[in-house]
Amino acid sequence: MTPDTTPSTYLQSLNRGLHAAMAADEAVHFAGEDVLDPYGGAFKVSAGLSTRFPDRVHTTPISEGAITGLASGMALRGLKPVVEIMFGDFLTLTFDQILNHAVKFGAMYGTEVPVPMVIRTPMGGRRGYGPTHSQSIEKHFCGIPGLKVISPSHVHAAGDLLGAAIASETQPVLFIEYKSLYPLPLFTGSELLNVAPAPTGSYATRIVRNFETGEPDAVLIGYGGVAPLMLEVAERLAEEEINVSVVLPAVISPLDIAPIAQEVACARRALVVEEGVAGFDWGAEVAARLHETLFGKLDRPVRRLASKPQIIPTSKDGEAGTLISADDIEAAVYEELA
Amino acid sequence: MQKALTPRGSLRAMYETMALIRAVETSLLDLFGKGKLRGTVHTGIGQEAIAAGVVAALDLDRDVICSNHRGHGHYLAYCGDAKGLIAEIMGRPDGVCKGVGGSQHLHKKNFYSNGILGGMAPVSVGMAMGEKTKRSGAIVVQFAGDGALAEGAFYEAFNMAALWKLPYMLVVEDNGYAQSTPKALEQSGTLADRAKPFGIRVMEVDGNDAEAVHEAAETLSDHIRSGAGPGVLYCSTYRLAPHSKGDDIRDKTEIADAWTREPIVRARAKLPLEFCDAVDQAVATHVRDIIEALA
Ligand SMILES: Cc1ncc(C[n+]2csc(CCOP(=O)(O)OP(=O)(O)O)c2C)c(N)n1
Ligand SMILES: [Mg+2]
Repeated sequence: MTPDTTPSTYLQSLNRGLHAAMAADEAVHFAGEDVLDPYGGAFKVSAGLSTRFPDRVHTTPISEGAITGLASGMALRGLKPVVEIMFGDFLTLTFDQILNHAVKFGAMYGTEVPVPMVIRTPMGGRRGYGPTHSQSIEKHFCGIPGLKVISPSHVHAAGDLLGAAIASETQPVLFIEYKSLYPLPLFTGSELLNVAPAPTGSYATRIVRNFETGEPDAVLIGYGGVAPLMLEVAERLAEEEINVSVVLPAVISPLDIAPIAQEVACARRALVVEEGVAGFDWGAEVAARLHETLFGKLDRPVRRLASKPQIIPTSKDGEAGTLISADDIEAAVYEELA
Repeated sequence: MQKALTPRGSLRAMYETMALIRAVETSLLDLFGKGKLRGTVHTGIGQEAIAAGVVAALDLDRDVICSNHRGHGHYLAYCGDAKGLIAEIMGRPDGVCKGVGGSQHLHKKNFYSNGILGGMAPVSVGMAMGEKTKRSGAIVVQFAGDGALAEGAFYEAFNMAALWKLPYMLVVEDNGYAQSTPKALEQSGTLADRAKPFGIRVMEVDGNDAEAVHEAAETLSDHIRSGAGPGVLYCSTYRLAPHSKGDDIRDKTEIADAWTREPIVRARAKLPLEFCDAVDQAVATHVRDIIEALA
């Protein structure tokens, strides 16, 4: 598929990616709760699909486990299903279907059986939905053999990534979208920040720097919804002439540490940021892999930054006090550089 | 074994299938006892009429089977591949799944099994959705036990299958027990009626009578194939061997009594003795040859 270069928000990009994927291949089906027009999905990512492809868009009962199984079955019989789980929090109900079914079929029968399916879901907080509709629980799905977890930032062409996952992956993909990114325009650079040219392949890790020449003083690593926070910190630090690189992988599991390690090798100081709660987190994997790769070449241990390990209150102040913020990240960078 | 010359669905052909399943599974228990097999083996000794009767009613060129932990019989009825199955359970690279899947995870052509109870219900329904979309005319048949029906996944799957009139058939093999637990200790109400409120057609049959199973499976599969929506074939039976290779805490007289009503005894009563003995001898030789070759 040709990359979509029309300026758009993260949400529009995803919507266009879905339209393009369904137009390109009759085998692509879309299923989820409340996905029919004129409603078009709880977050409108599926808007217009059912009008354009009425036979291939299926509004489903509220059965997250079963629709995930449904997708496995469809994929095993030659279709390319895309499933929408209304809120990422509800992925808990899909866990058995993912872990003991979807990812097993491809590998447990001795020869590779294709299971091309994409489960996509909005994740994260900052919209006041409270304890059970604001979480970032994707860490529980990372490290599952056979499952690719993709979570693009708004620096990625999110819709192209989704389209590529639907068109090209032959085994299950969990595609994590951040609700807080939906209204943001895709980021292509600003006065203070430049986006490094990405190698070909839409999944490429993107790097945003707040300096033109020289080396980074610190590297910020993160994905999905923390990208705008990290960019904001990079802008603030640019004004203080502190060089930072923001490294944004899209495929968060399995993790390709090479492009991250390359940037960290220059800075010798790295911070990993995520919106999920602290402890047994994605950052732990990144930190461990960086220490394995760059043992003895770092000035400081890799620093992990995550949300507080507690429930996410509904109130504005309560939520803000729980989730990782730009101020938290900025303060941590100063500590690391001290 | 030579391909049956008798028409599929005749009692003779189903006897051949049942005899093969019985011979293979008896040998598997023997191999287990000799320490030649690892892990676990669930046999369907006593339940062969369900595998033989249902599969004989299917269109093997296109229909899809989703089986469970007790699936050797379904597999053998589907493709007769005793060598691939035994080698698989022995963990050999020449097994049908190269020793990766083992007893509970088999796949060949349109046959798939998984050892997670209940989880294959939505997967089967998704397969049925795939077949309906492709207009293949195929139906998807899932096998499950009485105990598995306590898993919630079935009811989500029933709802979707009925809502979308999918070509899905669930075959319940009610053998009265789930592992060590009798049905009365874990199922409320009437198990055979579970799918009825979804508007799903349910047929109940004596699962030890191969001809009755076959006839019901034909009626139900025709109904499903015509686009009328999913169906449940509810078969009553009894597991003669232990749950897996291990201990059996069931009442000894209950088991002894069940041996007088089991499907092979029942079929023999209706068939010429010489035919049955010849089939038994042929499958015994066939299985012995396979095991010798694999030893
Ligand atoms: C989700 C799940 N829970 C538990 C088990 C362990 N287990 C395997 S077979 C079995 C009993 C199943 O009983 P039933 O469905 O009646 O089938 P049967 O063994 O009688 O053929 C149990 C509890 C399992 N494999 N999967
Ligand atoms: Mg049982």
